[in-house]
Formats: sequence, structure tokens, C-alpha cells
Amino acid sequence: MHPAFQGLLTIIVGVGGCVAYYYFSNQFLDRVLCPARGKHAGRNINRANMIRPWLFLMPALIALGLYLAYPVFETLRLSLTDRSQGGAFVGLANYQQMASEPKFWEALTNNFLWLLIVPAFSTMFGLLAAQLTDRIGWGAIAKSLIFMPMAISFVGAAVIWKLVYDTRPLGQDQIGVMNAVYLSLGGDEPQQWLTIPFWNSILLMVVLIWIQTGFAMVILSAALRGIPEETIEAAIVDGANPFQVFFQIKMPQISSTIVVVWTTITIVVLKVFDIVFAMTNGQWETQVLANYMYDKLFRANDWGVGSASAMVIMLLVSPILVWNVYNARKEMR
Amino acid sequence: MDNIAGTKSSLTWAVHLSVALLVALWLFPTVGLLVSSFRTADQIATSGWWKSMFPAVQNLTLRTAAPSDQVQEGTLYVLQGNLFEVDGNPRPEATISVWGTSSRNIDAYEAGQTADMGEDGRLTVQENGQYRLEGDTEFTDRRGERVFVTAETPPEFTWRNYQNVLFDPTNREGMTKAFFNTLTVTIPATIIPILVAAFAAYALAWMDFPGRALLIAAVVGLLVVPLQLALIPLLRLHNELGIGKGYLGAWMAHTGFGLPLAIYLLRNYMVGLPKDIIENARVDGASEFQIFVKIILPLSFPALASFAIFQFLWTWNDLLVALVFLIDSTGETTVMTKQIVELLGTRGGNWEILATSAFVSIAVPLMVFFVMQKYLVRGLLAGSVK
Repeated sequence: MHPAFQGLLTIIVGVGGCVAYYYFSNQFLDRVLCPARGKHAGRNINRANMIRPWLFLMPALIALGLYLAYPVFETLRLSLTDRSQGGAFVGLANYQQMASEPKFWEALTNNFLWLLIVPAFSTMFGLLAAQLTDRIGWGAIAKSLIFMPMAISFVGAAVIWKLVYDTRPLGQDQIGVMNAVYLSLGGDEPQQWLTIPFWNSILLMVVLIWIQTGFAMVILSAALRGIPEETIEAAIVDGANPFQVFFQIKMPQISSTIVVVWTTITIVVLKVFDIVFAMTNGQWETQVLANYMYDKLFRANDWGVGSASAMVIMLLVSPILVWNVYNARKEMR
Repeated sequence: MDNIAGTKSSLTWAVHLSVALLVALWLFPTVGLLVSSFRTADQIATSGWWKSMFPAVQNLTLRTAAPSDQVQEGTLYVLQGNLFEVDGNPRPEATISVWGTSSRNIDAYEAGQTADMGEDGRLTVQENGQYRLEGDTEFTDRRGERVFVTAETPPEFTWRNYQNVLFDPTNREGMTKAFFNTLTVTIPATIIPILVAAFAAYALAWMDFPGRALLIAAVVGLLVVPLQLALIPLLRLHNELGIGKGYLGAWMAHTGFGLPLAIYLLRNYMVGLPKDIIENARVDGASEFQIFVKIILPLSFPALASFAIFQFLWTWNDLLVALVFLIDSTGETTVMTKQIVELLGTRGGNWEILATSAFVSIAVPLMVFFVMQKYLVRGLLAGSVK
């Protein structure tokens, strides 16, 4: 069967099935299980109202449980077993093996660098762009152009930036902007940028900063506009200069939004995979955890160590998870 | 800084300039790839794309016509024509400045001069590529004489890369199949989670039942669980269920991974809907199902659109889920992102192929982005600022 038909069929079956499920399960509840008539009408209505939320929630709960909650525990279990020994329990052996691999420490160090640099610069550029574009007439267009990389896939971005970092031998015309600029500023010979340890990691981070700045800008720009005008007017009347207004009046009022932006980008960074996979595949000391894990799972076929490194990512995410849940609960009260 | 009024206009200029700089910086890499996708392999390899707007000076190796075309004029044997003519396609715009007949000395003669090559004859090359090769004896080589020219060619763009990548059925690296595969993954993977999430979000927003707060907290928690954790357990699950690798698995995985954000966004939006409408409907005897379908869904359109865009962009641009759950060893179900990564490995230097393929994959999300930006922004704000 042609995949397009298969896709169409899935839409019809999937959507039709969902609609049918919701419709008929409701009908069943109202007509058969707890009909709102007869001598138990009142009791039945109450019962139906107790059951109905679960009918509405059921498909979502099954999908969430199966695709997100169960894997967390299963991965934890896998990280404590060895596939080559038929899934025998091996305690922390996988973690020990992982800790003995220099590639893991390289990935962890790089991940921490990513965690420091990407959220910081994305937020900073985002704030800068938000503050500047709010004051000019063509700000909306400027914003939409800075926001645009958000729609581009990590793989597409990898191709875009690989062209920027491209190298041609000395004597030929450089086709990568970076080398062209480097040579015109007096560099002696074209550099293979992506093979220079440390700096190549930074260059990969630039790609993610380029993508995430738009996100930070959109959120922060909304926050900036939400600041009450009176506070700014009062500061200006009191003789504050634009920089003082920005740093001492506006910044404190949007600090909670900055935290939200920062943590959201942090989570993106922890999961970053495509950029490294497509641009260097972890060579030349650019390894990161997500790509290390992919290597272990699907190239070395070592599910134990792969799962162990996935648990490390989970561990790094969990403070943010707890913080988000805590905030959400606080808000609901 | 003492006199704000005095510094104001210069500050405004500074703002305009910095924004222009920022925008240029952010746009520059993408424009580079776009421009490159309209240049020939030769052009991309010999000069930076930023020079493509201006005439380029290139060193070319060309050939005169083969000796079989020679004509006899009195005692002379003559070959003439235009060096730029390849298979009858003239390129008369190029202007030759210098040329030579040896690869070690490519700038030996200026345009219009005559090179005496001894018994190989005398060659005259004009600025526009017209040449005349005269010999006292018959030319006997099988192929034409090589000529090395330095020519200034005007800016030139071509659709040929797109023709090769999209419309050439013999090109096994073409993007057509991958394009439709991506589309096949994306559409069901966008529609189904919306439907499932909408019902769940309504229950979480407007129905009262024990455990509701806990469930909402769980959704917020699942929002950040990295999908990396799900790869192996789910792959095993799919294999045990007999789904294996394929579209069904990819659709289900995308649905599962997209649900937390969908539920979260939709619930936040639905909670804000006016309470009166819903309670009036309840009093009038509408069932919950009717309220949901006739009132909540239409009112929630902006939130539904926001999530649809997110999910569309995310599934269209996804690589990891496709690698793990979709693409089997036959490669029949390859998607565009995977195809591009493969091209990066095998065709790392062929920028005309890479740039064009990448732009084919980027074009659709960019269009969606510019058309539906309003909803995207709205969704981002609802999902983050809380």
C-alpha cells in the first residue's frame, strides 16, 4: 500500500476511532450504565459524573503512561541489567563502566559548558532584541526575522552553519564566511573550524543560540510590555537614564520570566542531539550526552550503558521538573 | 547622561543600527544557503556566495572544437567558433581578460592576441570567446586544443539544482520520496494528539473529580522528561507488539511525546474560558459531550492552532524519533532530515546538492511559520509565562 494512502487511512481510522470512542463511551455511560431516569436517576447522574472525566482522560492517560512514564522506570531497570547476560541484574556495573570511559566525561563536561553558555547567551541576545525592537517602527518585522530560525530544523541549521564554517585549501577562494573573515582580518591560513577542540564545541553552541534567541525574545518582549507604564514614567521623572531604567526598573520586574526562559532553554540544551549528530557526530571532543547515549544504544548496541547515560540526562533534568511541578501546584491553590 | 533630551536622537539611531545589525547577523547564514542553492557546483566551489551578486572572475579550462570540424582556406587549415559554446549553448556574457595554452602559464596572452604554438598552429582568442586556430598543416589530434582562460562572468542563478533534487526520477538521492514520507509522518502525528489532548484538557479544566490536581502536576512533570529515555523501552515494546519499525510506530511515538505540551497548553487556555457559558449550557441540559464539541472546541481554536503548529514543526523537523522508530534497514521510509544527514556524510563537499536539499526541507516550515506566526507566538506565551 502506498504510504500516502496508509497515512490517509491512519488519519481516518485514528481520528474516526478517537471520535467514535469518545462519542460511544459517553452514550454507553448515559444510556446503559447510568441512565438518568427511573428511580435511581439522581444517584445515576452523580455516578455518571464521577466516571465521565476518566472516559475523557483515558486515551491520554494510556498514551502518557506508556510513552513517557513507563519508559522512565524501564530505562532505570535496563541501566541496572546487562543485555549480553540475558538481562541479568548487575547493580551499578553499567554506571561504573560508563564512569571509566573518557568519552563519557568529555560528554558530561561539554554538556555543562552547553548548559552555561547557550541559555546565557540566548537569553541575553533575546533580551537585547526584545528591548531594542520594542522601540522602533519596523520592530515587528525585525522580530519575525530573528524568530525565524525557530522554524528551521536542527539538521537544516546544521547544514546552514556548516557552510559558514566551511574550509577551502590555502590559495583558493574561501566559500565559508568564517574563514573569509578570518583571512581578511589577517589570519595566516584557513582553519578547519570544526576540528579545533573546545572552539568547535562553542561553534556548535552558536547554532543553538541562533535558534533559541528568537524564543527568548518573544517571551521576554511580552514580559517587557507587561511592565506597568507608571513605574517607568516615575523613574524617568526622577531622572533615571535609559540604562538605569532598563537595569533597575525593568529587569527586576521580569526576573521571573527570565528564569522561565532560562530553564526552558536549559531543557532544550540537555536534549540536544541533532546538531552534534549532523555536524561532528561527537568527533574532535564535541561529544554531548544525548549523542553519547545514541552511540551506545544504536552503534555499540550496549543498552546497559546507554540507559545509564539516559538516566544521567534524566537526573540533570529532574531539578527543573521538581521546580516546575512545585510552581504549577502553587499557582493552582 | 546628564542630558537625556540631548542624547535622545543619537540613541534612537543607535537602536535602529543595532537592530539592523542583529537582524542581518541572524539572517545572513540562511540567506547564504538560499543563494547557494541557486548556483552551479562550479560557482559555489570557486567563490563565496556573497560574491555571487557581483561579476565573478573565474579560471576556466575550455576546448576548441575537434579537428574534425576544420575547414581549408587556401593553404591554411582553420578551426573557429566560440570557446564558451558547449553543445550549442552559448554563454556570450563572459568576458575573457587573459588566456594561455599551457596549464603552467594560464595568463600568457591578453584577449585579442595571437599565440604561436609552432607546428600546432596559431591561436587567436577574442574577449567574447571567439577564437580562430590556423595551421599550415592539417590538424590530426582527435580532440580540440585546450585553452585556459581567465574570464569575468556575470552573476548567474539557476533552477537546475531544484530540478535535479526534486524532479529527476533517476536521482536516487532525490528528495521527492523523503518529502512525501515526511508529510506522511507529520499529518497524522499532528492531528491525533490534538484530539486526544483536547478531551483530556477539558476534563482537567472543567470537570471536578478526585486526583485532578495530581494529574495536572503529573502532566507538568512529564513536560520535561527527555524523550531519550523512551527510545529503548518503546522500541522493545513496538517489537513485542509486532509494530516493529514503521509509520505506525512513529505516529504513536509522536503522539505520546506531544501529549504533555498539548494537554498543558489546551488546559491553560480552556480554564480561562468564561465560566458562565459552560454553566448556562449545563443548566439548559446539554451533556458534557455536547458542551465540549459545540462550545469548548470552537472557542479553543487559537490554542488548538498554536499546538498544531508546534507539533507540525516538531514532527517535520524531527530526526531522532524517525531514526529510532521509523526508518528500517530498507530505507524506504526515510525522511528528509535523515536524508540530509546522509548527504552530509556522503556529499559533504557538494554544496549545490546539500543546500538545495536542505532548503526543500526548510521551505515548508518557513511558510507555516510566516503565515501562522501569530498563533505560534500565542502558544509560546501560553506555554511558558505562567
